[in-house]
Amino acid sequence: MSAAGPRPITTWKDDTTLKPVPDGPPPAPVAQRLRVRYAKRGRLRFTSHRDVSRAVERAVRRAGVPVAFSAGFSPHPRISYVGAAAATGVASEAEYLEISVTRECDPEWLRTALDTSLPPGVDVLDVVVAGAGTLADRLECSAWEVRLPQADPVLVKEAAERFVAAERVEVERMTKKGLRRFDAREAVLGLEVTEGTETTAGQASGRPCVILRMVVRHATPAVRPDDVLTGLRLLAGFAPPVPPEVTRLAQGPLDARTGGPADPFDLDRDMMRGGETEPVGRHVGGDL
Amino acid sequence: MSVESLFPRLEALLPKVQKPIQYVGGELNSTVKDWDESTVRWALMYPDAYEVGLPNQGVQILYEILNELPGTLAERTYAVWPDLEALMRSEGVPQFTVDGHRPVRAFDVLGISFATELGYTNMLTALDLAGIPLLAADRTDDDPIVLAGGHAAFNPEPVADFLDAAVLGDGEQIAIAISEVIREWKEEGSPGGRDELLMRLAESGGVYVPRFYDVTYHPDGRIQRVAPNRSGVPWRVQKHTVMDLDEWPYPKKPLVPLAETVHERFSVEIFRGCTRGCRFCQAGMITRPVRERSITTIGDMVEAGVRASGFNEVGLLSLSSADHSEIGGLAKGLADRYEGTNTSLSLPSTRVDAFNIDLANEFSRNGRRSGLTFAPEGGSERMRKVINKMVTEDDLIRTVTAAYSQGWRQVKLYFMCGLPTEEDADVLGIADLARKVIKAGREATGSRDVRCTVSIGGFVPKPHTPFQWAAQADHETVDRRLKALKDALRGDKEYGRAIGMRYHDGKPSIVEGLLSRGDRRVGAVIRAVWEDGGRFDGWSEHFSYQRWIDCAVKAGIDIDWYTTREREENEVLPWDHLDAGLDREWLWQDWQDAVNDVEVEDCRWTPCYDCGVCPTMGTEIQIGPTGKKLLPLTVV
Repeated sequence: MSAAGPRPITTWKDDTTLKPVPDGPPPAPVAQRLRVRYAKRGRLRFTSHRDVSRAVERAVRRAGVPVAFSAGFSPHPRISYVGAAAATGVASEAEYLEISVTRECDPEWLRTALDTSLPPGVDVLDVVVAGAGTLADRLECSAWEVRLPQADPVLVKEAAERFVAAERVEVERMTKKGLRRFDAREAVLGLEVTEGTETTAGQASGRPCVILRMVVRHATPAVRPDDVLTGLRLLAGFAPPVPPEVTRLAQGPLDARTGGPADPFDLDRDMMRGGETEPVGRHVGGDL
Repeated sequence: MSVESLFPRLEALLPKVQKPIQYVGGELNSTVKDWDESTVRWALMYPDAYEVGLPNQGVQILYEILNELPGTLAERTYAVWPDLEALMRSEGVPQFTVDGHRPVRAFDVLGISFATELGYTNMLTALDLAGIPLLAADRTDDDPIVLAGGHAAFNPEPVADFLDAAVLGDGEQIAIAISEVIREWKEEGSPGGRDELLMRLAESGGVYVPRFYDVTYHPDGRIQRVAPNRSGVPWRVQKHTVMDLDEWPYPKKPLVPLAETVHERFSVEIFRGCTRGCRFCQAGMITRPVRERSITTIGDMVEAGVRASGFNEVGLLSLSSADHSEIGGLAKGLADRYEGTNTSLSLPSTRVDAFNIDLANEFSRNGRRSGLTFAPEGGSERMRKVINKMVTEDDLIRTVTAAYSQGWRQVKLYFMCGLPTEEDADVLGIADLARKVIKAGREATGSRDVRCTVSIGGFVPKPHTPFQWAAQADHETVDRRLKALKDALRGDKEYGRAIGMRYHDGKPSIVEGLLSRGDRRVGAVIRAVWEDGGRFDGWSEHFSYQRWIDCAVKAGIDIDWYTTREREENEVLPWDHLDAGLDREWLWQDWQDAVNDVEVEDCRWTPCYDCGVCPTMGTEIQIGPTGKKLLPLTVV
């Protein structure tokens, strides 16, 4: 059988892996941490989180980014993903990762280098030098857009109104821990219905469709746009006639003025401009 | 006439299927050429799931070479999983390419690469989804030429009715030549339609067109003869051999998928062919002679490939990689170049007698130290003489002792079960060998923390090998011997817990045997299995032995006659009219030598043993050393 033939017809029993022997110098120390905002667009929305993370590792190598490696038998590039990744099939304009490097890098250089090395559709939008505090703490909520081609706007509006008026909307979803039942209402901070046009692989096809926009607070278990759609079905019998196109538009600290997420990099940018210390009196997301 | 992308229609189905990214395309280094500016259009298929098919070297090489030709385009298509197949049927979406998402039926050629016979049912799914008639005889001028290649194409007879043509051997030059024939024919206004195009291809002598050959049978079922049914068609069709691999340094731009695949690395063939002469090995027999790629070309390919892909592992491929005349310098040169970059090197297919520990240390210098795997193939010295795998027990023990003392804690050993002349004792010999390996490891390390895993596959006699006449062992025999081996290992208090055993059961090998040595009559079974829902026969969760048995019975095909029956010297074999260059008398003599435990040397280092390939094909052995070294890479 050739090296690239199909998998064995039966699963091999007992596939213990070899224990390597420790040797070699310790990895180079981390000189800088950078925070990256990237988008998952068009047909690349069908990538899973694991697909994206492999693509990023390869892009880092192709771009010659001086990424730091973990120590140990199986060194891994120090790239960590922040927040809950948009699910397979869901597009996003606001995914976040942090990367540690062994030499200081200009954020704009890193943005361009990574973006050029990633396949079109996984697009690097913004890079900042990491300031104090963790990025994860700032990702309090997400703004989502759900396009519903061929849906009846009257029906959607009515369902959304019922959803907003409800106290609790119990939904069920299969999670990794099994079937879970939870409230999908409380985490939804805003829900509005507009009309627009359908998109196909990122390009407008021109046909009208209903658009749901929502702001959802990050909670456990996470309330996702499809949970809200489940709620609409339970409350008002609305079901999308064709698969909806879901996009995460933004995530960040909840901005009390707009009722949606602010840019989580604002704080890092203030610090890049203003020096090392955290500006006094600046609150991230608190007291809401 | 331009062809519209099917993607918008496919996209609506993707949210409902598993791993949708595999159908999306857009891989790094993939190409979508303009449809209207191309005259000759190829759809290249690997008839298995994307995760298996994408890394396939053959498809990647042809894809790149064909797309480099002006006026020619090539796109890829893979087997879709049953969840998408059902949706495509209900929504009327045809088989598509992942590059331009164009319908496969719109292409001039559908080239299918068969690494194994277990992809035959997937071919039928793709043809049917594409709207291409299953039988070649039913196709019209609007259908592509369905062309098979790959190792299984050395006996395409079981799928002959579904194929318009097949090519044997290295694909680089013949793919270009076929493109040229099609271009001329199209530019002349496609005179004589499909029939004339196939005739032009057949006349060239390098393309087998099954419909131009008639098979007649004796009353007892054996083949009487295979003969051309029109003039101008050669009696025998020859394989193709690329000489000078340095002239063909592909893939230059490896495809980098977003989806996870079975091989996540950049692979370079360091040589083609193998003359070790293992009698079970079809690959070794049909790819002769040995043609090495030079150390410097390999170095250049690795450098460019790693840069273009971002892969962190490099695989140096061949049928027996440690046999490259400059493997030591290559390993050291590459390890030096990639020092400190977490780029690991891997060397699949290493012979025990060609292995040395310095080589292993170079390969584990950067990045992780992957396992050491050797393939003695036979459990006893006698068995290894029969199969001409000239590896002694001393070789093996010396090698594993060195490996264990250098810090490796586990070795894997590959064997086969069901070999010609095999007896129970030969298989139980595997247990003895494994015990000796552990004993040597414990002595070398002074520790009990050493392990050995034995992997056992079922032997399937293959066309164009000395074992093409052999009786395949029935699955009951194979399973009984495997059970005895398992019991022997399990019952061993001293060593048993240090030895792992992995194995196939015997039934799938029987179906593989039917398809490997089958003739045109077997096509009815393949079709019946497919119509009954047979898909992805290489996957245990989809494979059904019972379905194959039932369909064979219904089609009046006696599986035993094709598998467990030994053939006589003068029997016409279904693939005798297909020429791999091997002299039939030499093969028969080698089969007789096998039965008498006589070994044959490697013709690279000893006088030629007259297998016939070089004189028939006008080829010769190309090996180093070149004496050149890899220079350090300059930092960008």
